[in-house]
Amino acid sequence: MTSTKVELAHRASANAAALYRGRAWWVDRVAQGVVFLGGLSAIVFILSIFIFVAKEGLGFMVADLNIKEFLTSPEWRPTEDSPTYGILALMAGTASVTGLAMLIAVPFSLGAAIYIGEFATGKTREVLKVLVELLAAIPSVVWGFIGLSIMNPLIMELFDVPVGLNVLNAGVILGLMAAPIMTTIAEDALKAVPDSYREAAEALGATRWQVIFKVVLPSAKKGLVAAILLGVGRGFGETMAVLMATGHAINLPTSPFDSVCAMTATIAAELGETAQGSPHYQVLFAIGISLFLITFVINMAADVFVRGGLRMRSKKA
Amino acid sequence: MVKPATQVKKLEVRDLSIRYGDEIALHSADFDVYENEIFGIIGPANSGKTSFLRAINRMNEMTPGMNVTGMVKFDGIDVKSWRDVYALRSRIGVVFPLPVGLPLSIYDNVALSPRLSGVKSKSELDDIVERCLTRAALFDEVKDRLDSLGSLLSGGQQQRLTIARALSQSPELLLLDEFSIAVDPVTTMRIEDVLKELKKEVTIVLVSNLVAQARRLADRTAFFLGGELVEVGETEELFRGNVQDSRTTDYLEGRFG
Ligand SMILES: Nc1ncnc2c1ncn2[C@@H]1O[C@H](COP(=O)(O)OP(=O)(O)O)[C@@H](O)[C@H]1O
Ligand SMILES: [Mg+2]
Repeated sequence: MTSTKVELAHRASANAAALYRGRAWWVDRVAQGVVFLGGLSAIVFILSIFIFVAKEGLGFMVADLNIKEFLTSPEWRPTEDSPTYGILALMAGTASVTGLAMLIAVPFSLGAAIYIGEFATGKTREVLKVLVELLAAIPSVVWGFIGLSIMNPLIMELFDVPVGLNVLNAGVILGLMAAPIMTTIAEDALKAVPDSYREAAEALGATRWQVIFKVVLPSAKKGLVAAILLGVGRGFGETMAVLMATGHAINLPTSPFDSVCAMTATIAAELGETAQGSPHYQVLFAIGISLFLITFVINMAADVFVRGGLRMRSKKA
Repeated sequence: MVKPATQVKKLEVRDLSIRYGDEIALHSADFDVYENEIFGIIGPANSGKTSFLRAINRMNEMTPGMNVTGMVKFDGIDVKSWRDVYALRSRIGVVFPLPVGLPLSIYDNVALSPRLSGVKSKSELDDIVERCLTRAALFDEVKDRLDSLGSLLSGGQQQRLTIARALSQSPELLLLDEFSIAVDPVTTMRIEDVLKELKKEVTIVLVSNLVAQARRLADRTAFFLGGELVEVGETEELFRGNVQDSRTTDYLEGRFG
């Protein structure tokens, strides 16, 4: 008799529990809400920045700007009586400096990441990681200063050229700037590759290098591409150091010793001197939009590359 | 079970001790493994079974702090005296407890080892891949999607992929470490059948967490307990109770461990 009573009481409390929302449920709900707001605010900020830039530049780009001249003319003369707004030279400046920077930073940072992640152990590894992070924290104006006062005379002397502020200078500076953060991201990507992969490959008789090249790097491909993209983005977006080290002269560069002018540096140098809403002001925003589009396209291309990678490989197989 | 046909010694373990720092994982083990037998190793967790396997193909060199004394002779030569450890490892296949499908295509998983050792011809690679996948009882399930990722297969399939990969180097010795731990019973049975077939060509050391599995497969069995090699004997004899140490029977009958 008593046992049935206990059972009934049990069942009743179980039924009550079905209608009752416990603390965990509420905590879960609130946490969901907070995270959702966080995500939403990121989207709102990005959208509003985009809208602001578009408002200032897009209307002008569509209505008044000669897009063909904008993209194909190397003549950037925004302050003349009959101004021409060609940004070809600016794009060439940005591209040449970033390209050279990546030529330097990609091998350096991947090499450093492989050394730190796969070879260095214990203290060496910890010290190196801290050093790399310290390097990443150097402000860009300091790099610009190094470009102006150390690289400039060095280049003039080494290569016997009249000016040392040029593609070479800015490329090296930018490469050194981008390498530490690229190293950090690349090393994270390598660390995310499980040790069981390395062990499996070593058990097959793979040498250390074979393990790295055949198993670890392919497994970390996505993270490594992300690291390189971050570097490219840094290159396109960097302003201060580039402004100081390129010489800031409008040129279609034909050699690393030509001074150039980068898109970002142009915006930074000229925006303060333009009247808000003037054509010059608006065309600078148009440059900003172009920068955004270029970065977007590069990101998309890398994404397609990473996804398509496996399919391409397997066709071969 | 039948006695091994030959009594050629594939492995000779002499006074083998394994330490991690001060902790001893295997204490002075002595035994032989014959060619073309399945040699079972059983024992509770932390008995030194995995450590023993790692000493054979010198995986201890990748583990900081792992120290091996005494010797293991492979084909009569102390593994420590092999100048080229990679050549040694490529003659020994290893299957780990948890399946490791490398994040390459199924094809590339199996072709990896031949490619590392310099096989380039596509038709040769195709042959190796098909043969090894077939022998690992996986080919029929994956033949239409050899180009999809190996790491996306189910656990049981990945373990067979691992076995195919281990076979791709035509090993003379196959080391299996509790291969069935993450594999369903049906797949386990299929792999066991594969092993019985393989025995004709390779020597197999089978570390098993299942006493019954050792009984089904192993010609001879060693019982490890807490770093001590308690005894080695014909599997069937051990199960019949013909043991030198009563702890063996206790373990076989599930009284501890
Ligand atoms: N990498 C390691 N570092 C330190 N001790 C270890 C390591 N691997 C194993 N051991 C120790 O060695 C002993 C034997 O382990 P193991 O060979 O893995 O046994 P089993 O495979 O029989 O479970 C255990 O006590 C374990 O804690
Ligand atoms: Mg083990």
